[in-house]
Amino acid sequence: MNKKLYLPLIVFLLLIIAFFVQLQRNSQGDDPKALESALIGKPIPAKHLTDLFDAKQHDDNLFKQGKPLLVNVWATWCPTCYAEHQYLNELKQQGIDIIGINYKDNSAKALKWLKDLGNPYQTVIKDEKGAFGLDLGVYGAPETFIVDGNGIIHYRHAGDVNPRVWQEKLEPVYRKLAEQQK
Amino acid sequence: MIAELGNYALALSLAISLLLAVLPLWGAEKGNPQLMSLARPMTYGLFVSLSVAFAALFYLFAVNDFSVQYVVNNSNTSLPIAYRLSAVWGSHEGSLLLWIWLLTLWSAAVALFSKHLPQEAVARVLGIMGIITIGFLIFVLFTSNPFARTFPDFPVDGRELNPLLQDVGLIFHPPLLYMGYVGFSVAFAFSIATLMTGKLDTAWARWSRPWTMAAWIFLTLGIVLGSWWAYYELGWGGWWFWDPVENASLMPWLAGTALLHSLAVTEKRAAFKAWTVLLAILAFSLCLLGTFLVRSGILVSVHAFASDPTRGLYILAYLVVVIGGSLVLYAYKGSQIRSRDNYQRYSRESLLLLNNILLMTALAVVLLGTLLPLVHKQLGLGSISVGAPFFNQMFMLIMIPFAFLLGIGPLVKWRRDQVSAIRKPVLISLAVMLILGIFLPHFLHDQITVSAALGVMMAVFIVMLAGYELQQRATHRSGFFRGVGKLSRSHWGMLFAHLGVAMTVWGIAFSQNYSIERDVRMNVGDSVQIAGYEFKFQGISDANGPNYLGGKAQVEVFKNGKPETTLYAEKRFYTVSKMSMTEAAIDWGFSRDLYVALGESLGNGAWALRLYYKPFIRWIWLGGLFMAFGGLLCMLDRRYRFAALLNKGANANHHPGTSHE
Repeated sequence: MNKKLYLPLIVFLLLIIAFFVQLQRNSQGDDPKALESALIGKPIPAKHLTDLFDAKQHDDNLFKQGKPLLVNVWATWCPTCYAEHQYLNELKQQGIDIIGINYKDNSAKALKWLKDLGNPYQTVIKDEKGAFGLDLGVYGAPETFIVDGNGIIHYRHAGDVNPRVWQEKLEPVYRKLAEQQK
Repeated sequence: MIAELGNYALALSLAISLLLAVLPLWGAEKGNPQLMSLARPMTYGLFVSLSVAFAALFYLFAVNDFSVQYVVNNSNTSLPIAYRLSAVWGSHEGSLLLWIWLLTLWSAAVALFSKHLPQEAVARVLGIMGIITIGFLIFVLFTSNPFARTFPDFPVDGRELNPLLQDVGLIFHPPLLYMGYVGFSVAFAFSIATLMTGKLDTAWARWSRPWTMAAWIFLTLGIVLGSWWAYYELGWGGWWFWDPVENASLMPWLAGTALLHSLAVTEKRAAFKAWTVLLAILAFSLCLLGTFLVRSGILVSVHAFASDPTRGLYILAYLVVVIGGSLVLYAYKGSQIRSRDNYQRYSRESLLLLNNILLMTALAVVLLGTLLPLVHKQLGLGSISVGAPFFNQMFMLIMIPFAFLLGIGPLVKWRRDQVSAIRKPVLISLAVMLILGIFLPHFLHDQITVSAALGVMMAVFIVMLAGYELQQRATHRSGFFRGVGKLSRSHWGMLFAHLGVAMTVWGIAFSQNYSIERDVRMNVGDSVQIAGYEFKFQGISDANGPNYLGGKAQVEVFKNGKPETTLYAEKRFYTVSKMSMTEAAIDWGFSRDLYVALGESLGNGAWALRLYYKPFIRWIWLGGLFMAFGGLLCMLDRRYRFAALLNKGANANHHPGTSHE
């Protein structure tokens, strides 16, 4: 009996176990997209921030507004961003400040998108090459971060923001930060 | 009515495939020729029955039957007929049906073209393919039925096919890719069949070689087309994104490429037998794994289908049965395999073994890069993402020894050889390669980067030694031109495929290092200079289509003051799905692509335009086409047909002999 021959089987079984665990987690509501960020508790890694509209340079004071902010990573090539866009507009009307990161996108397309669908963002940062997204550890668009008044990241949500996600996950964190700020 | 017919045909197919999976295999085990002879007719029956189901789905899309949920989700009344028909495989359920239909198509092809194989082998191979079919049919029928109705409240009009998919790319890309994926099931079935009998002669390698080659050709074409499609339709200007789903198609390709080379050794030298069997299992397993990753919601990807935990769990169970089962069989029976590994350290066999090791390393890199984020998180180490820089760097490192092996491999004799035999040509090639590697990037683009120089060196090295090999082979017994005429098709095939690798490497080296991308604001009459080309914006006109509103920009391109071409870049707004799409205009050339994408109106007649200059980018795909063409030549080699004829002749002589005496 050649033990070597069992090696592929063992590797395969390990893979299957990993998949099975993940599927179980998924069905228990652990969205595979709900990646916790390694940056939680750290300041948002702001470097070169170019404004989408007027190419103005921002520095990290953009994220230190003395009140909590949502930072939303989006792109026109992402259908889910389209799905969440109307809800972001609603959040804006509720007085929530959102900073948009236009991730790996074509600026012209992005501007047209905002013109057609409304602009829920206080400021939009252009991240054509995805460099800022890389610093943030963005996996894909859309992703939404909650940042406190001093630019510290408190929460990360991967996937779309809809009423349920907002009420169950994001709003509690947001409210808590807003209280602390006062 | 037609939907029910389709449903019925699916159920009938399941019944037939159950019989196909049991009876011929049982017959082969017991030596019962009646049961074994059922394999072919049942395979044909399965193919016909699934074709009916597939045709039914086409029909439902053609008439836009909105009482069927799948049609509602992917079609609407203003969608042109060509896209309505290709929307059949535009989403999860239908693409799965395409998968199964192609599987039965391959089975039917095996049944048809295996007249010269022993009955027992045919019965086993078709039976195993029947087993594979069962699993997928159950999956479709119980979790993803494309014929499910929307009764009682069916909508008046459908949603739309994703605009990204409304392109000629969709018509060809999935079928080609799936032909490749599913095609590896044949090599898989041959391997399992030989493992079952325990008789591992070189015959199975000879039988499964053309089938493996065919599957590999389709997979190559599918990947090339997908990459090209991403380049021009998605408007991102890139050609490979290391997305999990792209990786899922690259992994079987790497395994398949290794398998092709290893099969050659097994057929010619009766070596590497166990390894070849394992590779055949691996190649198909990776195809199944890809299906799982795309459809289970395990990984996040732009390509991923809408996910559903039940589906994921089902495919996982299926993987355990099919892959796990075959690996158990391999572990159990593999020790009976006796290879004749009598070759020396420096020989063609060793070099091909190294080739396999490098391909497996590349495969491991892709697999790890794709799955690491998942495992990392499960181990509680937090989330990470593995991006393009990791893959690019690893692939460059792997490619250097690979290109070296690819150059010298065909020059080295089987069993044993002397290093000194090819020392001179290799040294000359190395010298030329160093000079050209530094000179060419400088000459063509005035600047040198390490990766561009490396890429050029690899390409030059491969081409020079391929030329030397051709010259040696042709003048072996006669003059060059007579000798060239006598080369076998498979030899030409190897040459083309290897040159294809050189072309792809060349294309990657130049396009990655010397592309220029510029976003500009232009008024009518403005012009911009990029890499010696002058782009002049001539204005915008309307260009509306059946289901979109659009505008078209006219850009004239001049080189050295002479008109070179006129490009029309479009922008479309799809009215039903409210999505904007860019149709970039590309002037494709042998040594460069010029690429114009239309952006936004900036007021006062000014527009944002995106202009690209991409040197040699076509060569990436051209190289892929060369590889596929090389594969085709190998597949059409006389040897295989000759073998078929010989077998037929032997049978013809044999039968009268036995009956008379």
